[in-house]
Amino acid sequence: MNRPVGVQFMQGNEACVYAALDAGAKFYGGYPITPSSEIAELSAKFLPQVDGVYLQMEDEIGSIAAIIGASAAGKKAYTATSGPGFSLMQENLGMAVYAEVPVVLINVMRNGPSTGLATRPAQGDVMQARWGTHGDHPIIALSPASVQECYDLTLRAFNLSEKYRIPVILLSDEVIGHMRESLTIPERDQLEIVNRKLPDVPVAGYKPYQTGEDDIPAIPPYGTEYIVHVSSSCHDESGYSHSAPQTADKLVSRLHRKIEKNKQDIVQVEWFGPEQADLTLIAYGAVSRVAKQAVVNAQAQGLSVNLLRLITIWPFADDEVQAALAKAKAVLVPELNLGQVVREVERLNTFGTPIHALSRIDGEILLPAQIMEKIKEVLK
Amino acid sequence: MALSYKDYLEPSQLPHMWCPGCGDGIILRAYTEALAELELAPKDVVTVTGIGCWGKADDYVSTQAFHGTHGRALAFATGIKTANPDLTVVTLMGDGDAVTIGGNHFIHAARRNINLTAIVTNNYNYGMTGGQYSATTPLKSKTTTSPNGVAEPGFDVCFLAEAAGANFVARTTVYHAVALKNLIKEAILHPGFSLVEVISPCPTYFGRFNVHPSPVNMMNWLKDKAVPVQKYREMSAEEQYEHFAVGKIVVKERPDFYTTYQRINGGQVAAEEGDGNGR
Repeated sequence: MNRPVGVQFMQGNEACVYAALDAGAKFYGGYPITPSSEIAELSAKFLPQVDGVYLQMEDEIGSIAAIIGASAAGKKAYTATSGPGFSLMQENLGMAVYAEVPVVLINVMRNGPSTGLATRPAQGDVMQARWGTHGDHPIIALSPASVQECYDLTLRAFNLSEKYRIPVILLSDEVIGHMRESLTIPERDQLEIVNRKLPDVPVAGYKPYQTGEDDIPAIPPYGTEYIVHVSSSCHDESGYSHSAPQTADKLVSRLHRKIEKNKQDIVQVEWFGPEQADLTLIAYGAVSRVAKQAVVNAQAQGLSVNLLRLITIWPFADDEVQAALAKAKAVLVPELNLGQVVREVERLNTFGTPIHALSRIDGEILLPAQIMEKIKEVLK
Repeated sequence: MALSYKDYLEPSQLPHMWCPGCGDGIILRAYTEALAELELAPKDVVTVTGIGCWGKADDYVSTQAFHGTHGRALAFATGIKTANPDLTVVTLMGDGDAVTIGGNHFIHAARRNINLTAIVTNNYNYGMTGGQYSATTPLKSKTTTSPNGVAEPGFDVCFLAEAAGANFVARTTVYHAVALKNLIKEAILHPGFSLVEVISPCPTYFGRFNVHPSPVNMMNWLKDKAVPVQKYREMSAEEQYEHFAVGKIVVKERPDFYTTYQRINGGQVAAEEGDGNGR
C-alpha cells in the first residue's frame, strides 16, 4: 500500500485504519456494524498488503476473542464496532484486562439503547466503556474530536495498550467517524511506536505475571522458549489458576495500580478559551467541537466562558476536572446522553460549584446555539 | 532424548480435580502421549481451553496455554493460529464449550477450516456446575435441570462438524484409549480443522441419573454403544439409534483458511483448487 503522508483529506474511520497500520497492527478480527464498517473494509483491503490478516468473525464475541488470541500470539490486533457489538464484546474485554493482553477496540458510538438509530451519533457508551465488563477492573478509553485525533489517538491507543498491557478503547462517535476533514500524517520516522516489553530473565523458572516495581508484566508471544500461561481464571504469577484470597487481591490490586500510578502519562485534556472564566464547559468527542464554537460565540457576546476538553475519558481526569471546579463559578457538561460524564464531575465536586447538564438523545448532534442558550441561562 | 507424556504435564499443578471415574484424566493422558509421540516441543504447542471440567485441563499441562472464557476457545484459537501459523494449536472443550454456548464458533471454525485440532469431551452434561443438560444431552435424559427428562434432542457433534466443512472428523471413547491417542495424533497432523469427539463418562451426574453411577458400568456402556463407523453405516435406523459410530468419519483435504487467504490475497487465486468442496 501507498502510505499517505503529510496533509491529507479523509474520513475519521479511515484515519483510524492508517494509524493502526502505522502502529504496526497485523490483525483485525471484527464483525461489520454501522457506523464503524469503513474500518473493517479498509482493514480488509490493506492488511494483506502489510503481511497481516483481516478475519471477519461470526459475531463480536468471536471478534474480540480472535484479536486477544492474535495478540497473545504476538501480533498487534484491533477491532471496530458500535453499540450492539460493543455490548457483545464486554465479557472478553474483561478477559483482556485480567490476562493483560494488549488489544485496541474502536467503538464508533451510535444512538441506543438496543439497535436504536444505527446511523445517528450518541455518546451513550461512556459508562459502558468504564463498567461494561463485570468485576472490578481498570480501563483506558480515549475520545477523538477530529479526524486528526482519530489518527493520533488510535496510534496512542496501541502505544498505551502495549505499554501497560491493557485493552484500550477508542471511544469515537458517528460524527467523528464519518466526518471528512484534513489531517497531517507524520513521516514514518517521526512516529513514536511503543512495543510491549519482553522478558530478560532466564527461561527456567520464568513466571509471566511476575512484575517489578512498574507492576507491568513482561510476556513474550507464544512460540518463544518461554512458556506462557494466559488465563481468564484467577491466576498467580505463574499464570496458572490459583484461587487463594491473597492471590485474587494481589492480582486485581496490581491491575488497578499499574494504571492509577501512571495517570499523568495516560490522562490528556485540552483547555480552550480564557484561562479564567465564569463558566467552564466540560465536553469530549464530537460535542467538544460544538462547545468550542459556543465558547467563541459566547466571548463575542461578552460572556466569560472556557472549555475543558477530555481527550482521555478513562481513567477520568480527576485533577483537571477538580481544577475546573475550583476555578469556575459554574460548570456545564453538554453530552449526547442523559448525563454520564456529568456524574463523574459531580463526584469530584467538593467545592459546591453549581454543575449543569445539557443532554441530547434524539440522534442529532448538539448545536452551538443550543449550548449558547444554556450558557445564557446558567450565567443569567 | 525421547519425550514422555510426563514432559507435557505440570507436576506442581497435580493431582487434578476431576471426580473418580471421570474420563478427563484418560483423555489428558492420550493428548500428552500424542504430543510426545509427535515429538512436538511444549513451547510450540498452545493448549486452548474454555470453561468446565475439561476446561481445567490447561492447568495440568506444561505447553503454552490459553484458558479463555466459556464457549470461546475456538475463537481465541482462531486468532492464535492465524497470527502464528507455525504453532500447533489444540483446543480442549467440553460439550458445553464446543457445541452449546460455543456452537457458533464451532461451525465457523470448521467452515473456515482453521488449521487446528479440537478435542471435544462429550459427557452429555455440564459437570462443573452440577449436572445440568447441554446441547448433546440425549432426548429424555434426566439431569439436574431436566428432572423429568430433557425435552430437546441432542446434537451429533461429528455430524455438525462434517456439515460445517471440517477436514477431519473422528469419534471415539475413553474406553478405546489407544485409538484415542492415535486419532489425536492423526488429527494434529491433518491440515485444516480436525475434530476428535471423545465420549466420556460422568458417573457423578450423567451416569447416576441415566446410565449407571458405577464408573465400571459406564465404561462397559461406552464399549457396548460404540460401533466402528463402517459397521454403523450398515445398521438399521433403529440399531443406529441405540449406538454411535467410532473411528474416522470424515477425512478430506480442503485447503485451510490461512493458506487460502494467502493465495487469494497474494494475487494467485488457485482456481484449479476450487473451494475444496468440489463446487
